[in-house]
Amino acid sequence: MTDMLLRTGRLSFAYPERSSSLFKRAAMRELVKRVDLAVPRGSVLGLVGESGSGKTTLGRLLVRLLQPTSGGIQFDGVEIGNLTEAELRPLRKRIQMIFQDPQSSLNPRLRLGVTLTRPLQIYGRLQGRQDQRDRAAALLDLVGLPTGLMDRYPHELSGGQRQRAGIARALALEPDFIVADEIVSGLDVSTQAHILLLLRELRARLGLTMVFISHDLSVVRVLCDDVAILQHGEIVEYGPVARIFNSPQHPYTRQLLSAIPLPDVEPGWLDDSSPFFLSHQRGSAA
Amino acid sequence: MADLTLSGPIERPSRWLASVARGGTRLWCGGTLVGILFLIALLAPLLAPHDPIEQDLLAAQLPPAWIQGGEWTYPLGTDSLGRCVLSRLMYAARTAVAVALIAASLAAAIGIAFGLIAGMFGGWIDQGVSRLIDVWMAFPPVLLSIVLAAVIGAGLTSVIAAIVVVDWTRFARVVRAETMVQLQRDYAAAARVLGLSRGQILRLEILPNLVPLIVTLLAVEMGIAILVEVILSFVGISVAGDVPTWGGMIVEGRQIVYQSPWIMALPIVSVILSVIGFNLLGDGLRAALDPVQRR
Amino acid sequence: MTAVLAVHDLHVAIGERGRAANVLRGASLEVGAGEVRGLVGESGAGKSMLGRAVLGLLPANAVIGGGTILFEGRDLLAMPEPERRGLLGRRIALIPQDPITSLNPVKRVGAQIAVTLRHHLALSKRAALERATELLAEVAIREPRRVLELYPHEISGGMRQRVLIAMAFACDPGLVIADEPTTALDVTVQRQVLQLVERLRQRHGAAVLFITHDLGVVAKICRTMTVLHAGRVLEEGETADVLARPRHPYTRALLAATPRADRPAEALRPVPPALIESLWSEAHRLDRLDVAGRA
Repeated sequence: MTDMLLRTGRLSFAYPERSSSLFKRAAMRELVKRVDLAVPRGSVLGLVGESGSGKTTLGRLLVRLLQPTSGGIQFDGVEIGNLTEAELRPLRKRIQMIFQDPQSSLNPRLRLGVTLTRPLQIYGRLQGRQDQRDRAAALLDLVGLPTGLMDRYPHELSGGQRQRAGIARALALEPDFIVADEIVSGLDVSTQAHILLLLRELRARLGLTMVFISHDLSVVRVLCDDVAILQHGEIVEYGPVARIFNSPQHPYTRQLLSAIPLPDVEPGWLDDSSPFFLSHQRGSAA
Repeated sequence: MADLTLSGPIERPSRWLASVARGGTRLWCGGTLVGILFLIALLAPLLAPHDPIEQDLLAAQLPPAWIQGGEWTYPLGTDSLGRCVLSRLMYAARTAVAVALIAASLAAAIGIAFGLIAGMFGGWIDQGVSRLIDVWMAFPPVLLSIVLAAVIGAGLTSVIAAIVVVDWTRFARVVRAETMVQLQRDYAAAARVLGLSRGQILRLEILPNLVPLIVTLLAVEMGIAILVEVILSFVGISVAGDVPTWGGMIVEGRQIVYQSPWIMALPIVSVILSVIGFNLLGDGLRAALDPVQRR
Repeated sequence: MTAVLAVHDLHVAIGERGRAANVLRGASLEVGAGEVRGLVGESGAGKSMLGRAVLGLLPANAVIGGGTILFEGRDLLAMPEPERRGLLGRRIALIPQDPITSLNPVKRVGAQIAVTLRHHLALSKRAALERATELLAEVAIREPRRVLELYPHEISGGMRQRVLIAMAFACDPGLVIADEPTTALDVTVQRQVLQLVERLRQRHGAAVLFITHDLGVVAKICRTMTVLHAGRVLEEGETADVLARPRHPYTRALLAATPRADRPAEALRPVPPALIESLWSEAHRLDRLDVAGRA
């Protein structure tokens, strides 16, 4: 309990499916099922899963963009799972999120400087226009962007620059905990490596605790201490990075690991028949 | 593109010029037409060669000056009571512009308020507003206006009221839909995570994104307001008596359309040019104000 | 030995005359019979443009500044337009990147495959549907007859991509251009799709130009590879050689910047910005020489 910044206990989320009949009660669709996580202060947890695994939903529960259907979330010893929006507000500045698509997560009609200092503005931490520019410059600097970008609009930036800006905004309030949702998935290899290393450096410098959501196990390895593998909303395997990568226990984890194409030539890789493939080869052999 | 990743900002031509360039010919043509209309409306007392209600029965139904029988004292001729058509057109533009500005702004204010509330809060509030709009739109607008005129009497006020009452739904529907679209985007979620209240999200984050849409709608709505004013004048529930309006002029001209077709044709041309102007302006503004070139 | 596809010194610029930006700066590559060639590059490298140039699907404002594209020995750029169009879909096929927008949402899967077959192979409606069933079975779709009756939104993303692969190989093309076909897919599905492409390629004897940004994918499916940056070919050769002993610093940097699940975090080295900058300034220098040479 002592050094766990975030804990979840049997955290679940479901939403009613569109009812097929007017009179029947809508069935509940479970996206996150009884998830138990414990994130020690200063560590990074990787949440890995494919599409439909519920990883994004879980991330949005952790920052309380969604309300859990059941189960609890303890942040720094405080139960936040059932707080109302108003009760959450004082905690908001300690819990931040970096979004997958910086194109959509940066307001297209606001200059970068405004977006970056918005959090400071609403908490009344800005003193005038010059202060706003100074703060924006400091934030841009923190993530390695030229300060001249503060007068630009998001569409005038490259993908990597936008993602850096998204990180800068999340850091503006000096939070303790950050959820990063697929933040390198749309980026080029060279940009991706820069962002990953930036996060690693910031983590060391600012003592951040993070949950890093990704579909890509190789990316997770760069940044995370622990990994949780999600499938259909459930955690199928959870443990330290080295253990998961060196001796994966669950078949799904193994399947994920073997499906990653490493940049090495490996002749058998394509005809290695997964069960899926075998069943059909027989059918269409004629 | 990739070369900009880490290098410093690169100088570009001013954003303002860039927006005007994006607006293109539509913006220019629309802007010019609407500009001329506004100027004429504003300066009618200075520009008009005659008093619009001064009658000169000896010079009734004169054709425009360049046609045989016309006189240069009445550049666009005179109507059946010998009033200067050009002066009447100019003064009528005042009425048209006043109706367009007031009615469109009021309709926009009411519609935007309803649209934002419905879009932001969703749930039963949205249901309520949406059903209200549905029911509202089922009423035939002209009938609604006639009823209104019967209640508050004919005149400019009832024309404006009629337009506002009918057309606020246009704004409400579009603003509601767009608010919902914008709320779905991650920047709205980001604002929530930062701890902004609903009001702050609406005002600081969503509203700036609605501006291009609203400005465009406003321009188009002004064109519509001008048309509605013409229609209501035509059915006789607009401004009474001497005040010149385009709709009134069309009605008067209709009776002598075979003898003096220009009396009816000229106000019609004025209406058409104004509406085209507003529509082009709206179209051009949409392109100019939307740097991202969605759609 | 004749290549199925031979692109030589291809120059393409995009934009209006005078301010056009070069996207391909003398790119050359060959794809031999039965070969799978990987075309690797980051965004802005021009790899998709090269694919589109071969397919004749360049954007309207693109200008081909020079070079040849030989398909089975005949220059596509010198060919009359109708003849070239006749090759598309039949002899040169495309597996597109986005399985969602590449299928018509209001037509059943079967009808969409049948249209291609009937157009190119002049099959009867029944024969076309029969062939479509076989094709779907070939891409490991269970119950192909049932899937033919479905609309694109009723099947999963992976299955949609398989339908598109079936359509690409439907007419036994000589060359298939795969434009990032697995980028939007989960890794497990990606593997199945790659297995399918390999199997169909072998069965139909087609050569494949595989466009991707993922060195891992190249390593698994391509026998040869070409590394593109700023529209220039930086390195090409047998995949095994290039990956094991990259000659160009950019290839080396890309490999070092690719996170690997089998190596600890410390191995990751980002691409040095100075390297990217020098590559771009070299590209721009060539542009200036080009302009000077033409003047």
